[in-house]
Amino acid sequence: MDDKTVKSPMPGTFYRSPDPESAPYVSEGDRVSAGDTVGLIEVMKSFHEIKSEQDGTVTKFLVENEGAVDAGQNLVELE
Amino acid sequence: MAIKVRQPGLLTTVQDTGRFGEYALGMPPSGAMDVFSYQVGNNLVGNEDGAAGLEITYFGPELEFTEAAVVAVTGARMPPKINGEEAPLWETFSVEAGDVLSFDYLQSGARCYLAVAGGIDVPEFMHSRSTYTLIGLGGFEGRALREGDELQVGELNGKPDGLSARVGLAVASQQIPAYSKETELRVIIGLASYRLTEASMEEFLGTEWTVTTDADRVGYRYRGGEIEFVEREQPAGAGADPANVVDFGYPIGSVQIPGGVEPIVLMNDAVTGGGYATIGTVISADRDRLAQSKTNDKTRFVSVGLEEALAAREQRRRQLADIKSSLGG
Repeated sequence: MDDKTVKSPMPGTFYRSPDPESAPYVSEGDRVSAGDTVGLIEVMKSFHEIKSEQDGTVTKFLVENEGAVDAGQNLVELE
Repeated sequence: MAIKVRQPGLLTTVQDTGRFGEYALGMPPSGAMDVFSYQVGNNLVGNEDGAAGLEITYFGPELEFTEAAVVAVTGARMPPKINGEEAPLWETFSVEAGDVLSFDYLQSGARCYLAVAGGIDVPEFMHSRSTYTLIGLGGFEGRALREGDELQVGELNGKPDGLSARVGLAVASQQIPAYSKETELRVIIGLASYRLTEASMEEFLGTEWTVTTDADRVGYRYRGGEIEFVEREQPAGAGADPANVVDFGYPIGSVQIPGGVEPIVLMNDAVTGGGYATIGTVISADRDRLAQSKTNDKTRFVSVGLEEALAAREQRRRQLADIKSSLGG
């Protein structure tokens, strides 16, 4: 299971959409392909796109929008 | 001999001890945020004090060595790997031509330092190799490393023979700092602390503050409490905001509280002066640990007197000297 998760490479704040007015990048049940953006991490005054490294279906978000994350923390569970 | 940047990491910059003596020009020192780890790195690989290394923040780069080299990684627990195999922290090791140094996820602390025997050879700007990214000067082209960059490594001054003997040298475990998610920083209260109400000073010292995502080489910003300033008629030149005073110089490590809600500790790349009331200064001996706290970590500020601050500085100086001599420096 562990290898099917998308991890945050860095500590920061997790966002599910590109800006507060937009829809989330992906939602539970959505298909994602390797390279698709699933969220943003904000740290040191910049935003970094978090991309899935594999194909799959989003089963669960493990961090809520605007949640604090550590480096290496699981963000999104895929199946 | 060169180091090729295959991936730059999040924020990897060339830094040395810093660009001191130019504060009056408005030039902050830049340099390694955690001087302790940076200096020990140089000691491990047998470099002269002040040789430039890499400061690696939050997420590590992927670096390829074009020739054999002797290196050490100190500071944050972001385990280094050579060609995917775990390499030691706080210990000198060798790499071969073509080897790739990468890093595992950050486990504790915030930044680690890569020291390479010979030092990173970039041109000096105002007698320092440190990068000051905000104005694009110093270090490697005045900026953080990017994919495809090639860093030159300095000459070894005719002592490469002694170098292989350094491989395996390690810092004694009791000398290696542990970085937790809770940090206590000692501060000297002062300069413009008269601007805080007594209750607010108690609140400042009693609050467990959280490091915000904005914390960087310029300053560390915190959230968690609210500070009130003494009401007064602002003097000419101080502006209307009660957080403001008439402009003055900011000490490195000084704490200002714009708006009363977000204390900022000014660090190595900060502006050198301005009009925010600085209510205290984090003592120099504790700035290494401050630099190893990271976004979302907790911090408390503890008031100490000048004597304790100077004693802490002396203790740190002695510890660094002990480590250096234990490594044959």
